[in-house]
Amino acid sequence: MSYDVAAVRRDFPILSRVVHGKPLVYLDNAATSQKPRQVIDALVKYYTEYNANIHRGVYLLSQEATEVYEQAREKVAKFINSPGFESIIFTRNTTEAINLVAYAWGRGNISAGDEIVLSGMEHHSNMVPWQLLAKERGATLRFVEVLDDGTLNIEQLYSLINGRTKLVAMTQMSNVLGTITPVEEIVRAAHDQGALCLIDGAQSAAHLPVDVQQLGCDFFAFSAHKMLGPTGVGVLYGRRELLEEMPPFLGGGDMIMSVSLREATWNDLPYKFEAGTPNIADVIAFGEAVDYLARLGMKNVRQHEKELTAYALAALGELGPDIRIFGPRHAEQKGGVISFEYGGIHPHDLGTALDYEGVAIRAGHHCAQPLMERLGVPATARASFYLYNTKEEVDVLVSALKKARAYFGDAVRTA
Amino acid sequence: MPLEQLDELYREIILDHYKSPRNRAVPAEANVKAEGKNPLCGDEITLEVRVEDGVVRDVGLQGKGCSISLSSGSMMTEAIKGKPLAEATALLAGFKELMRGHEPGVELGDLEALGGVRKFPVRVKCALLAWTTLEQGLKGHNKVG
Repeated sequence: MSYDVAAVRRDFPILSRVVHGKPLVYLDNAATSQKPRQVIDALVKYYTEYNANIHRGVYLLSQEATEVYEQAREKVAKFINSPGFESIIFTRNTTEAINLVAYAWGRGNISAGDEIVLSGMEHHSNMVPWQLLAKERGATLRFVEVLDDGTLNIEQLYSLINGRTKLVAMTQMSNVLGTITPVEEIVRAAHDQGALCLIDGAQSAAHLPVDVQQLGCDFFAFSAHKMLGPTGVGVLYGRRELLEEMPPFLGGGDMIMSVSLREATWNDLPYKFEAGTPNIADVIAFGEAVDYLARLGMKNVRQHEKELTAYALAALGELGPDIRIFGPRHAEQKGGVISFEYGGIHPHDLGTALDYEGVAIRAGHHCAQPLMERLGVPATARASFYLYNTKEEVDVLVSALKKARAYFGDAVRTA
Repeated sequence: MPLEQLDELYREIILDHYKSPRNRAVPAEANVKAEGKNPLCGDEITLEVRVEDGVVRDVGLQGKGCSISLSSGSMMTEAIKGKPLAEATALLAGFKELMRGHEPGVELGDLEALGGVRKFPVRVKCALLAWTTLEQGLKGHNKVG
């Protein structure tokens, strides 16, 4: 069955919006995705029919809410092929999931002289938690460099990982360049030296089929809102043996087995890591988002986006010498994320001009300042696609860029 | 055609200052220097001023940024050059008021063209970059002086 993008689009109410008199062309999916009706309906249904706190009420509403909340966990576990629901911890977002590891695992396992290997294309959320940890513990951070073509220097990875390396933390897909990294190889390289491996899946989980057992990673972090779900929900997958040994991250209600005045014992996995009332409604709606993606099939989503990315790379390339595209130029090597510079126009001016044509793109450093420095630019414009975007929308992007170019003329290239 | 609505933001004078920024040269014997950054857009500017006898004798602004931040800076250099410090400070206060959507309380001249930026909240920071940099610089100067 071929991928029916028109049918998909009908599920997203926001896609019929008009902005500045033009149909919305939403190309900021790497920041957050739009939500299908099914996800929005799930939120409304929870609040109108069975809103109650979970894991404690003896009444029907609470039982219903608990059941649907835990079903969402099962769906997520299946979606990334986790061996069990115990390995799926709900957090607020990817950032909190990574911080959970940095605190609960990092504080017990990283000491002076230890090394953590990252890459130069990490999002700040997979960089700053490790900087904090390294500073506190006297550990050292090492970075795999980004090559001119936007891929990682994997040969260098092997020379950076050694007996002192305790953790390798890397993205599976760059939020700036779209680069897909060879995660299985990275995991093997880490394990060969006895180090653990955390994968930042904030971009990849939304766009690629992910199988954590096949990847072999120890931790995998991602966010619901980038994959059709609501904001305020993230997921940490962790290998069960590791999670069992880790102390809690936050203390409070629901994460305990029993509490006396001076001490407490911890609840079972995954509840040990979910202190306090969680984001019940949004987790439930995230379950719908996962169902939606599973129905479409992540292979089909990837295929659609790959075709769209190839089309966009070609169309943007036709803008001539005025356009500079950062990162891999082949759709096989990357997700649907294209960072570029055009006509010497500052990305913010470009973003504003495109907005008036209905086109929403991102302009800025994309929470990856070290990568911006590597690229030698203060900021880039970024178009990023998702399963509902079309070739026609890419055409609108290109024509809006041409209009912006005509509007700003030969703006000074400030140095 | 919606791009024409952009004229509300990008008035002709703004684009003119963007394309041909004024006062880019570093002033001789500058005694005020400040660097301004807008980390969100990666904009970075350096402002240097020579203040003599309480008067802004010369001013120079270099850096990179979007049309709004660079044109605002360029217009600022024109507005404060040759002015007594008190007048420059009044312009600074007046421009900030304009960006907050209030009456500036002083004659801003060409700078009024930047009033359209108010409708674009994320860009207000761009328009203010040169001015907050000036403010920083003058603070240091006043302490020393």
